[in-house]
Amino acid sequence: MAKKTTKAATTAATAEAPRRRGSKATADATLLRIAQLGQHVRKVAMHTKEGDPSVEIPSRTLSNTRFNAKKRTLEMGDATQTRNLFNVGQARKFMQMMLQAAASKDLIQQDKTLSLRGMYYRSLHTIPGTKEKTFDDQSESDAILEDLEVGLGAMREELHVFAKKRGTMVGNITITDSGDEIDCRRMGSGGYAIPSICEPDVIRFGRCDAKFVLHVEKDTVWSRFNEDKFWQKHNCILTEGSGQPPRGVRRLLQRLNQELGLPIYCLLDCDPWGHYIYSVIKQGSINLAYESQRMAIPDAKFIGIRAEDYRRCELPPEVRIELNDKDTARAKQIAAYPWFERNRAWQKEIDLLLRNGFKMEVESLITKDISYVTETYVPARLKARDWLD
Amino acid sequence: MTALAAETGTEPLTTTRKKGERRETAETMAARQREISVSEFFAKNRHLLGFDNPRKALLTTIKEAVDNCLDACEEAGILPDLLVQIEHLKDVGETRYRVTVQDNGPGIVRKQIEHIFGRLLYGSKFHRLKMSRGQQGIGISAAGMYGLMTTGKPVVIISKTAAKKPSHEVVLKMDTSKNRAEVVSETEHPEDDHWFPDGHGTRVVIELEGKYLKGRASVDEYLELTAIANPHARITFIAPPQSGDAGPARIEHPRAVEELPAETKEIQPHPHGIELGILIQMLERTESTTLSDFLQKDFCRVGPGTARSIAESAGLSARTNVKKVGHAEAEKLYKSIQGAKIMAPPTDCLSPIGAKVLLKGLEKGLKPDFIAVSSRPPAVYRGRPFLIEAGVAFGGDLPGDEPARVHRFANRVPLQYQQSACACFKAVVETDWKRYTLQQPRGSLPIGPLVVMIHMASVWVPFTSESKEAIADYDEIRKEMRLALQDCGRKLGIYLSRRERMRRQGERRHIFERYIGEIARACEAITGDPAQPLYEALLKTAQKKTAEADAMLDEEGRFIGKKDSLQNDDTVFMRESSDGGGERDDAPEPARAASDEDGEGKPRRKKQAGAAKEAPKKPGKKRGAGEDGGLFAGEQD
Ligand SMILES: Nc1ncnc2c1ncn2[C@@H]1O[C@H](COP(=O)(O)OP(=O)(O)OP(=O)(O)O)[C@@H](O)[C@H]1O
Ligand SMILES: [Mg+2]
Repeated sequence: MAKKTTKAATTAATAEAPRRRGSKATADATLLRIAQLGQHVRKVAMHTKEGDPSVEIPSRTLSNTRFNAKKRTLEMGDATQTRNLFNVGQARKFMQMMLQAAASKDLIQQDKTLSLRGMYYRSLHTIPGTKEKTFDDQSESDAILEDLEVGLGAMREELHVFAKKRGTMVGNITITDSGDEIDCRRMGSGGYAIPSICEPDVIRFGRCDAKFVLHVEKDTVWSRFNEDKFWQKHNCILTEGSGQPPRGVRRLLQRLNQELGLPIYCLLDCDPWGHYIYSVIKQGSINLAYESQRMAIPDAKFIGIRAEDYRRCELPPEVRIELNDKDTARAKQIAAYPWFERNRAWQKEIDLLLRNGFKMEVESLITKDISYVTETYVPARLKARDWLD
Repeated sequence: MTALAAETGTEPLTTTRKKGERRETAETMAARQREISVSEFFAKNRHLLGFDNPRKALLTTIKEAVDNCLDACEEAGILPDLLVQIEHLKDVGETRYRVTVQDNGPGIVRKQIEHIFGRLLYGSKFHRLKMSRGQQGIGISAAGMYGLMTTGKPVVIISKTAAKKPSHEVVLKMDTSKNRAEVVSETEHPEDDHWFPDGHGTRVVIELEGKYLKGRASVDEYLELTAIANPHARITFIAPPQSGDAGPARIEHPRAVEELPAETKEIQPHPHGIELGILIQMLERTESTTLSDFLQKDFCRVGPGTARSIAESAGLSARTNVKKVGHAEAEKLYKSIQGAKIMAPPTDCLSPIGAKVLLKGLEKGLKPDFIAVSSRPPAVYRGRPFLIEAGVAFGGDLPGDEPARVHRFANRVPLQYQQSACACFKAVVETDWKRYTLQQPRGSLPIGPLVVMIHMASVWVPFTSESKEAIADYDEIRKEMRLALQDCGRKLGIYLSRRERMRRQGERRHIFERYIGEIARACEAITGDPAQPLYEALLKTAQKKTAEADAMLDEEGRFIGKKDSLQNDDTVFMRESSDGGGERDDAPEPARAASDEDGEGKPRRKKQAGAAKEAPKKPGKKRGAGEDGGLFAGEQD
């Protein structure tokens, strides 16, 4: 970092052209937080007796998450962990955090974004005079970026970092993405790739005729629905999140729900993983509990597939996938989540899953007919208002 | 036998004989009964003397010659200057060698030469109790005998007793049936010849069947170890060329100390150290007439009072004539001696190597990082005074992750064979090295870059056999060895935990120093303020933090400051900078005891340990959602 940037120069540079990535206010707020971190380290190091800078990072553990029954979302508690520079076990992480904070500042100033992987490479180098690299692998950098988010109280998007795009959308809606108008009715067989940053300053909603959103777990199932023009027939939006939906997809779903008032129906596998995805969409995830406000959709519904479907839909025995010990343990763990714990229907659902002793994928419905899921299963559930909440 | 017979298909060698018929009669046997000369006996049983195989024979030959040289030089008060040469006589045969050993000792008078080199059990050391390398009077003549038997070549001895006297060259052949030597030829060299620059010395040349190989239990090792235990000697070794060598290799073991070991005194046997048979023999041979005289003059530590009370409690009188003491009386006398209270034998007859010299020898020979030595006070076994010295050398050039090597010495002579039969080995194994932070599999040697050395000095070393390879396992001896080892072990333990502590500490400071540069630069990028002052502030804190860590507590919760018990211990050697000691010295004194660091009075150590545990330099897996981790640990986006 030989180049010397003075504060005045920085402000001058950012004042110019209108920002593509978020508003100027957001950018300034984030820059201020990063600057405060730097000032804090300097002050403690140079002007205190102890001279040992530290940062407080909210703990992202289950024990530090609370379920707000009123808001029906997960919230992060007040527990923090302190990271000291002069601690053998923490010095390296401390250094990594400072590197990523500096990298993020640079991005915001240049009004550019980088992927998680890009950030890893951005701050990757060998520490002078040693053989040690600043990061051993990307996962080390990813974890530090999460620390930085919670530590600074800034969203990852605000740090100008995004994740790999995963997630697709089609349906009766027009949106504007970074100034480009996109008609989601004319997306062919591939669909619109949901970006990783879906904040209002990036994505704006235009005309929307859709009455609800059907979110499916996987790309394969989504293609089935798209090919069968399900969204046209049922006047809806069809999304997919490649397993556990990334933050962009969750944020988009949440905004469709909140801003446009569209109900969200989820079609997921009948197994603990499917239940967990639903839980994340609905209440938020544990290590991103601080994001729940922006992400959680307490109204999201689980329409299937259900443990009873094996008999109800008369599926052949071949579709059964035996639960292993890990599945069983996980199912029990999910049943004990505070938001499921007092939910009779969910308790019954998980109980039946366990009693069945097997799981089922959405694709198992294909054994009935290629379009059974799009033409019979989902319409019937929707009609009967038969879902879990 | 049967197995052999079956294998070779030969008939068992039995003769059929009528029942009741004798196989032999007393008369037929008598025809074959005759005296066996010692030389015949040992010629047949040469393994008893260390000539079991060609490689060992070469070593034993050199060892017997070198031991004699060192003994002779020390007795004469001459700093030994030795030459050892091995020539491989390939033209004669692959296993044919010529060994030459020469000293600058007092020389041997002409008429003694054939006795010394031609007769087994002929020597100056057997009939006395004095600390010396040789003690049996077998050594060099056995080597000569072995050479003659395997090559037919006689031994050549050249000796000169003073600068003005001629040197004698004698060629000797041993007649084993007579245990006498036959002079093949002899030459007098009247002029001052070139062999003995000091004007006196002895040169022995023996040709033999042997095998020269380096490695464990080799001649090279023997000379190295000899140099360690005899740093007052200078030894030059000319080894036969190995494959690839242009010519013979010359290996020098320079002299490390200029003083001779203290002269050792001869002592009389201690009454408690003899057996009944010996007592009877002594009674027969004594020149004294009265019992009191005999007890006082032929033994040590017996005065007139003790002599009288011994005699009286055996039902005899002090004035009893020795010649009148029969077997029955001798038995009573023996019992009475055993029961008498007699002072322990004098110990000024022992000349230990000494801590200082041992340290020097071990350092020079092994180049370790650490040495601790221990010299026990003299003790007594079977009425014979002895003294144990031990040393442990650790680290440096020594190979790690192997069982420790045990270097055994008896009266400064390295013992290279029969390790597991030796009291030294047993003492090392039964010492609990784990207490000194070393690994030690059950019932085995400790593991690590470690050499353990034990030296037993005594007027009579109890060997398990004539080949002088292992020290017999007397309780008193083993106990002294154990105590000496524990003394060294304790110091090694202190050193090792200190070294470990410093390593951790060095690592800690290193960690901080590694990262603060990065942090300072990142801060500059963030705030725009220059990195340098921040870097300097952080560096200062890093140094302060490390200095605080210097003041950690040791295992027993004791405060360890800069001065620890090893610092001024002259039985300890520590290589500079091997343990980060240099770094340590420039570190400022710890400002305060660490235990009250955070006002909670909890030992800092614990805190450190905790911190170290959570130091995942390389996070093995992707970090998950804390205790909820489980199956879906980690946010996927
Ligand atoms: N290099 C020498 N210089 C002077 N005297 C010697 C030398 N070598 C041997 N002698 C004398 O010869 C004697 C016999 O030596 P030898 O090695 O046969 O027996 P030892 O040394 O007495 O006992 P051991 O059998 O234990 O070696 C010695 O006791 C010593 O007096
Ligand atoms: Mg000898």
